[in-house]
Amino acid sequence: MAIIDYGMGNLRSVEKALQTLEADCSIFTEPPDSAYLAGIVLPGVGAFSDAMRNLHRGGWVEWIREKVEAGIPLLGICLGLQLLFSRSEEGAGVTGLDLLKGDVVRFPPSVGIIPHMGWNQLKIVSDTPLLSGIDEGEFVYFVHSYYAVPADPAIIAATTDYGIDFASVVADRNIYGLQFHPEKSQTAGLNILRNFINISIPDIHARIVRNN
Amino acid sequence: MLAKRIIPCLDVKDGRVVKGVNFIDLRDAGDPVEQAKFYETEGADELVFLDITASTEERKTIVELARRTADQVFMPFTIGGGIRGIDDIRAILKAGADKISINTSAVRDPELISRSAARFGNQCIVVAIDAKRRKGGWEVFTHGGRIPTGRDAVGWAREAEERGAGEILLTSMDRDGTLSGYDLDLTRTISRAVNIPVIASGGAGTLEHLYQGIVQGEAQAVLAASIFHFRTYSIGEAKAYLKERGVMIRTSPHTILPKQKSITSRPGSGS
Repeated sequence: MAIIDYGMGNLRSVEKALQTLEADCSIFTEPPDSAYLAGIVLPGVGAFSDAMRNLHRGGWVEWIREKVEAGIPLLGICLGLQLLFSRSEEGAGVTGLDLLKGDVVRFPPSVGIIPHMGWNQLKIVSDTPLLSGIDEGEFVYFVHSYYAVPADPAIIAATTDYGIDFASVVADRNIYGLQFHPEKSQTAGLNILRNFINISIPDIHARIVRNN
Repeated sequence: MLAKRIIPCLDVKDGRVVKGVNFIDLRDAGDPVEQAKFYETEGADELVFLDITASTEERKTIVELARRTADQVFMPFTIGGGIRGIDDIRAILKAGADKISINTSAVRDPELISRSAARFGNQCIVVAIDAKRRKGGWEVFTHGGRIPTGRDAVGWAREAEERGAGEILLTSMDRDGTLSGYDLDLTRTISRAVNIPVIASGGAGTLEHLYQGIVQGEAQAVLAASIFHFRTYSIGEAKAYLKERGVMIRTSPHTILPKQKSITSRPGSGS
């Protein structure tokens, strides 16, 4: 399991959470040349435009696209989810990874306090193995001022109500995104990360078998 | 809907947990990380560690505490107390804390709020305000509540928000340690003055006080130390109480709210 370190926030908690789940994971500061990647985690806290600049500088953009195309599961967390999309209002004109079509927009002032910070609930709207065993109404921990609006609503796996319903979990093929912090969401968060590991591990076995 | 948060506060001195009564009279109560893990299993929504270590050479212990906590506790936590500058903030956040809280250093150098918010993001900069009632309002105190600043607490809260604070941790100096309830006037006044979350602190002695802090004080979160620390109430009991009264509170579908106190919950503190 590769955790991408591109200089946006602290990755220690994500790493510790995955290690607690007994996943073999490493933090990479440059694109690893490994044929045996089970899954990729793209965390991140901070500004969209800084994040994209760092991903470009680090040579991550092409690497991520390549791996995703090869079928390796990718999980974007918080800002990492937003980066999966085409563009963001934050950092006008900056293109995202564009793996998922759609825009990232700021909460309107009408929602009240921004950022949306604290524990809020998941409304599960479609089936995904990422949310396997997660109950309707489960609380997870959010800290963000922007949210993604997928062009294709079918990729929304869960929504959350903060004055408006926004996409809090997205899943499309082998691309997954969580707007909240699973590594800070106690048992519920760890269960979701475990699901991602469970998605990734059988996958790598299949890929190795295919390649041999 | 966004849940109101219940936040136990752990006072830490030289790497050990103590509980302050009016910031004096301290009682030792063990390893902060063990306490943090315990509160996590009880369903606390966040944790605040307040470092009351006086000497600067002990500062490393708080970075170490952040690291040990981040390794073992999968919930958000804030570290405050004695943070002087950007370097302290960076070290603590890098060690794994989600937020830092600044008080005296923010009053001394308000630019620190702006600089650290720009650098690390608003969401991880909490400005702690110790306020004491005076004629016509509340005055900001620093240095653990010892030094009056002449500043008006409402004005200071607004300035902190403008400079990029992500949250206000508001302690009533009049109520702190008294167990007589939050200063609800103060809490409501500040909550209405800013558009960032306000954490009510200082004075919680009963579950009703927590309810009042949220409903009458209009706080987004309530912080308490003594009532949880000395096991007067468990976090589960507090949540059950608030939920019953219609407050939006996080309860995991898997968590059964305790009817009786956990057997591990009574340290030999005799209180």
